[in-house]
Amino acid sequence: MLFDFVFYMFAVIVIVSAMGVVFSKKMMYSAFSLLFTFFGMAGLYVLLSADFVAVTQIMVYVGGILVLIVFGVMLTSKITGVDIKTGTIGKIQLTIGAITSVIVAIILLFTYLNVEWMTSQFQIEVSTTTHFIGFGLFTEYLLPFFVAAILLLVAFIGAAKIARRK
Amino acid sequence: MEIGLTHYLVVSALLFSLGVFGIVTRKNSILVLMGLELILNSANLNFIAFSKFKGLNIEGHIATLFVIVLAAAEVAVALAIILNIYQNYHHIDVDEINKLKE
Repeated sequence: MLFDFVFYMFAVIVIVSAMGVVFSKKMMYSAFSLLFTFFGMAGLYVLLSADFVAVTQIMVYVGGILVLIVFGVMLTSKITGVDIKTGTIGKIQLTIGAITSVIVAIILLFTYLNVEWMTSQFQIEVSTTTHFIGFGLFTEYLLPFFVAAILLLVAFIGAAKIARRK
Repeated sequence: MEIGLTHYLVVSALLFSLGVFGIVTRKNSILVLMGLELILNSANLNFIAFSKFKGLNIEGHIATLFVIVLAAAEVAVALAIILNIYQNYHHIDVDEINKLKE
């Protein structure tokens, strides 16, 4: 009962703040709605017993990506308070976009609600998933792990090179 | 009704379509990036949900970690490009940008 309540609370937080991201007229409100979306997602991960991923979500998304996005908002507009406009397109394009996303939502919901997913009944009782993730990363997924590390290095060097003023 | 796989999938589907809406209807390229983040998050939620309901299969968690790493790299490079575009055009409206360099 309490579990259901917490799930619905996090689900509502995620969906409502995601709507805030895409419907808000002001850039900074979108950025701060994104903060609540990321926190709500971390809560859903905890409910799905993914503790390590939840902490990673908070550290990387909230601590890194969101700060980068807020910096981007600040650096690419003439600051006049929080009311930096997000800028929407014309009525026709807006209608077409809305129809497209509603169609996507309907197709996804139809698929998700009608397919009989193969789930397993018995759950493994674990206290933490960190041990298994570390074991997986250094045995079966060692090559992708190193490739991801090198990709991060290359991407950040490239980003610093591109963003530098001439 | 007990919270099952379908509940999480419905949340993820709504998040995905909101992200698609944000990407196709916004002019500001940073808003497009935010829509992209919503889509990546919905994919992550699917990974974790399927992992949980297949008896805590750890491979979904690892896939999610790789997605988070790639999202960080993608945002860094995309914001660098956006800053460059702002220096050249003095705005970042995606539908008026047609040259990468002068």
